[in-house]
Amino acid sequence: MTSIEPVILLSAVLFTIGAVGVLTRRNALMIFMSVELMLNAANLAFVAFAQQWGNLDGQLFVFFVMAVAAAEVAVGLALIVAIFRTKHSTDVDELSQLRG
Amino acid sequence: MQDLMLILPPLIVFLGATALLLVDLKIADDRKETVAWIAMFLLVGALIAAVMLLYFNRTGDVLYGFSNMILTDRYAALLDIVFALIGIGVFLLTLRYNRVHQIMRGEFFVLTLFSIGGMMLMAHAANLVTIFVALEMFSIPLYVLCGVARPRLDSEESSLKYFLLGAFASGFLVYGIALMYGATGTLDIATMLKQVERGQAPLLLVIGAGLMLVGLGFKVAAVPFHMWTPDVYDGAPTTVTAFMTTATKAAGFAALVRVFLLGPGAFVGSLVSAIAILAALTMIFGNLFALAQRSVKRMLAYSSIAHAGYLLAGIASVANIGQSANAVIFYLATYAATSLAAFGVLSEIGSMNRDEDHGLERYTGLAKRNPALAWVMALALFSLMGMPLTAGFTGKYLLFQSAVSSGLNWLALLGVITSVISAFYYLRVIVHMFMKEDATVAANNEQYYVSKPSLVMMTLASVAVVALGLLPTLLLNMFA
Repeated sequence: MTSIEPVILLSAVLFTIGAVGVLTRRNALMIFMSVELMLNAANLAFVAFAQQWGNLDGQLFVFFVMAVAAAEVAVGLALIVAIFRTKHSTDVDELSQLRG
Repeated sequence: MQDLMLILPPLIVFLGATALLLVDLKIADDRKETVAWIAMFLLVGALIAAVMLLYFNRTGDVLYGFSNMILTDRYAALLDIVFALIGIGVFLLTLRYNRVHQIMRGEFFVLTLFSIGGMMLMAHAANLVTIFVALEMFSIPLYVLCGVARPRLDSEESSLKYFLLGAFASGFLVYGIALMYGATGTLDIATMLKQVERGQAPLLLVIGAGLMLVGLGFKVAAVPFHMWTPDVYDGAPTTVTAFMTTATKAAGFAALVRVFLLGPGAFVGSLVSAIAILAALTMIFGNLFALAQRSVKRMLAYSSIAHAGYLLAGIASVANIGQSANAVIFYLATYAATSLAAFGVLSEIGSMNRDEDHGLERYTGLAKRNPALAWVMALALFSLMGMPLTAGFTGKYLLFQSAVSSGLNWLALLGVITSVISAFYYLRVIVHMFMKEDATVAANNEQYYVSKPSLVMMTLASVAVVALGLLPTLLLNMFA
């Protein structure tokens, strides 16, 4: 059995890249992709920990995360399309109708 | 079979909502009120089921079902009742507001029902999987509901902002759960609690629970994770905002109670201090930002942030866990009644001006034009402020009492000071309503009337506010 530490390290790096991406990107689609990266980093961690503990709880959780992420994609892309039709832009900095 | 009985309230809501989605196809666009009434009927069914759960489990045992994924105890049944009542209250408001703003659509009610079902499931969660799934089940319909007034730009904008930050928050939540699983090898909250009680709180668990706290902090709008709140609450249709301030807050705190107060979080000192600091920041900044608002809707958004701060103080009080959990659930019920009364007034005002302007000047001289609205609003604001004899006072008293008994005197003191500060902006609205003349009243000859369903809702909410203020034992006896 291989050690899981490198895998956890990779997942932590992916999670950080995703979180930094959400905070620095200004395009709604790019933010959305960064969020997906965060979720998949968690999936990787789940699978690695399931290997470490020798039970399937973690692998099971991954299926729930994937199903929920798919539902989020459906709703999220619909929202982005709707706002693109009105504003002709997906730049979040232009969403300033409401004072922040 | 017994498993199904344990989650009867959310089950009724989910199955009913799915059926309603089909029934809705057969109902003409100009008769969508029917869908609202069917939805309310379903919620009454869920309400009865929840009361039965409470009644048949008088000893207050924690009953587990579905291989320990689901539990039913007093808190779960009481929260089910709160969610069902919030849903009925919001639907009564939609009858006028949604018609005026042309969002009287079947999917509005179905989505709200799905969201309520997810919230009820959250109250029954015994496993981190259930917590995560329930959280997404109530959040995803809410993202859509915020944007239901499409193509109104502020509604679309509120929807996208809520979605992006909500998804960001669930990223933190999922990663936190992954680390907690890595530390303990289980996703079951009770098993995790046992391990922590035995004195095993590895660093990984603390980091994981911290990330989970960030995720849930976004959902309940705790400072510094509150940036989305004013924009989203302001831009969303008022009936949706009424639902979000009351129900989403209660669902988020249901998760916090399960994981942090009744779960492993309470035994990790550093997490408890982190929650206390969050509570302090949320109270201070929520109230200070609210001072600067000119729009009543936006002011109530910041006020809801401030109230999340008071509730977090309850989560941080871990000396007597049962007492603190009682205080938090009681406060959620009182806040729901109060906030629904206030948003009832807002939705009526919003129905009388198409552009949904909630500036203070719209409320100037309201007592002359419509005394009923002005008095309900005044009562709600007094309760939000925490005036004695209203529900808000009893709720705050119980929360601060549990904070003091946990040695968090500074937090309770801060709560009292910020409540005094909050009186400034609540009283400002009352002064505008009762003591100022509206110069433009002759110019805009609007008919100020209140629709019957909204009036019923506001009356019931006001009665609840007064009743919980005068006789809090009515509800508190159900906890004991």
